[in-house]
Amino acid sequence: MNWKFNLKLPHFWEKPFKLGLDLQGGSHLVYEADLSQIEEKEKGNAMQGLRDVIERRVNYFGVQEPVVQVQGQRLIVELAGIVDQAEAIKEIGKTPFLEFKELKPEGVVKKIEEKRKEIEGKTMEEIQQIPDWQLALEDPFQSTPLTGKYLKKAEFNLDQTTYKPIISLQFNDEGAKLFEEITARNVNKPLAVYLDNQLTQAPVVKEKITGGKAQITGDFTADEARKRVQELNAGALPVPIKLISQQTVGPILGKISLEQSLKAGIFGFLAILLFMVVFYRLPGIFASLSLLVYLVLILALFKLIPVTLTLAGIAGFILSMGMAVDANILIFSRMREELKTGKEYLLSLEEGTKRAWPAIRDGNLTTILVGLILFGLGTSFVKGFAFTLVLGNLVGMFSAIIITNSFLKVFSGEKSKRWLWLWR
Amino acid sequence: MALAMAINFLKYKKIYYLFSTTLVVVSLASIFIFGLRFGIDFSGGSILEVDFDKRPENPAIQEKLKDLNLGEIVLQPAGENEVILRLKDINEETHQQIISRLGEISKVQEKRFESIGPTIGKELRQKTLMLVIVSLLALLIYIAVAFRKVNFPVSSWQYGVISILTLSFDVLITVGSLAFLGKFYNVQFSIPIITALLTILGYTINDKVIVFDRVRENLLRDRRDNFEELVNRSLNETLGRSLSTGTCALLVLFFIFLFGGETLKYFALTLIIGILVGTYSSLFLAAPILVDWLKLRERK
Repeated sequence: MNWKFNLKLPHFWEKPFKLGLDLQGGSHLVYEADLSQIEEKEKGNAMQGLRDVIERRVNYFGVQEPVVQVQGQRLIVELAGIVDQAEAIKEIGKTPFLEFKELKPEGVVKKIEEKRKEIEGKTMEEIQQIPDWQLALEDPFQSTPLTGKYLKKAEFNLDQTTYKPIISLQFNDEGAKLFEEITARNVNKPLAVYLDNQLTQAPVVKEKITGGKAQITGDFTADEARKRVQELNAGALPVPIKLISQQTVGPILGKISLEQSLKAGIFGFLAILLFMVVFYRLPGIFASLSLLVYLVLILALFKLIPVTLTLAGIAGFILSMGMAVDANILIFSRMREELKTGKEYLLSLEEGTKRAWPAIRDGNLTTILVGLILFGLGTSFVKGFAFTLVLGNLVGMFSAIIITNSFLKVFSGEKSKRWLWLWR
Repeated sequence: MALAMAINFLKYKKIYYLFSTTLVVVSLASIFIFGLRFGIDFSGGSILEVDFDKRPENPAIQEKLKDLNLGEIVLQPAGENEVILRLKDINEETHQQIISRLGEISKVQEKRFESIGPTIGKELRQKTLMLVIVSLLALLIYIAVAFRKVNFPVSSWQYGVISILTLSFDVLITVGSLAFLGKFYNVQFSIPIITALLTILGYTINDKVIVFDRVRENLLRDRRDNFEELVNRSLNETLGRSLSTGTCALLVLFFIFLFGGETLKYFALTLIIGILVGTYSSLFLAAPILVDWLKLRERK
């Protein structure tokens, strides 16, 4: 066995193709949100807010192209190639934590700002020469007792006179008192909103606010304002989530699966070539050539569409390869029959293709029919399989009718008589 | 493949009937005696595949996990040092506990973990049932359309009935084999298997259509022949194609079975069984039934 050859191929594949979770390792998580505490009309927004919170956490893990999707009350999270899945799952499941922070005493803030200016534009090595450089990385904000649990809700409104978007906040009684104290000592200073320990916004306090109702105004667009409302609500009306399904594939298994399925594909392909050449000789060589074209075409389509390749998808593709030859076989056997009746080569080719067409069409039609139904109703495994199978069948039909035919026509010249014995 | 030889298929049809009936009886018995082992995607549950540095004996694993209250744990060694655990659906915390317990026996690496809660399981069951119903309906419509032009010497609905009969045969034998494999090799009846079964239907129906199509074509060319001879000739003409096509599909499936790993192995095996049975039933079952049905009618 030529191992060098086999080991090289994954590199050729890995670069350009989009691989599913089962081939690169990763987790597919389904969470169910408990929306029982949320008003009916707010449910959509609550889910969006939750989605953003989770997305931020996932991004924090440095996952490549994470998927966070809302489906009704469900949240689908896909993490590809993550190292510590257990840790990620733990983090995602946490209830969002919202807190309001105020600036540290003036002296401290000033020092931090000065340090920040000092290190500006310098490389990491240079920075480390500066005494107390760590100070620059420090957060100028400090916690207050005011957290998400005191916030009743946040709302998106339009200003009655200016029609600018504004964010309205409403605190509960206890929260109103805390808010009053905090705003009183922070007039003309920013009050920062932290969600999951990350700064999301820091509006400046204009005056002491009593009564627990506040508005945030500013130069934000309606979309930005809505997003901020969702963030605030995610902390104010926490939506607990529960992991109801998980599929995790370790990176090692993913790699093995990829290599093995490629091996299956390569061996399957070679076996078909061998079979076709041995049993159909000359036309078998044409069919093999057309199968090669088929292979190139379909791989190109995988990249262009792009198709996310999963184990099931590769299985569908390999199977479609086995089926793609069927059209060739049908044409050959029809053509052979025509040749037997004494017709000349080109006429036999034409007649044979014509007679084989209904069978080719019907044959592919049923598989495509089932494939489409599978795709429309199926789960991810079923979809992956069905999609590549249908795509493979379509391309297979094309390659048999157009490409094999062209190859066969090339042999229509005077010489073809000498080759005719190969058909029998 | 110069198949100039003429095989008299129909001469031995009693043997085919006998053989086919035996297969049906054995499959039914297998299904009723062994039952089907539903996968976690239908019943809910967890599956955990781990790779040990040195694989412990099954009782050692059971002992280690005993006090976690996991209910029944089915252990299945796989590969060189792997073990597949199947148990009820568990939360993430328990999952991590199991991993660390197993790690106490021997250094362990998690290869795959799936946990499906009862709600998702129920949804998947309903979805799959829908899938099967819609597919079967679509195939029925296809059969009705495909045979509407063929009406001699038996009417088109009879071609349809024979197709459905032989397709059911294909599925029954395959499911019977799966029940057997489930009992002795722990093969689960899961969504991939259903997918395979539906694919088999989509695939083998062609074999039947192509044989009947040939019969129709030969009938149009000349009606003088006696029907039995004509069917036999049609079978001989389509034999090469049926076998070649079947072989190509089986070749690739064989390699998927060989290299496909735990997920694809039995998916491919199901397709292999189905295509073998399907090719057999198109050649040795569909056509003889067609001829005998006609004879029966003529006798009346």
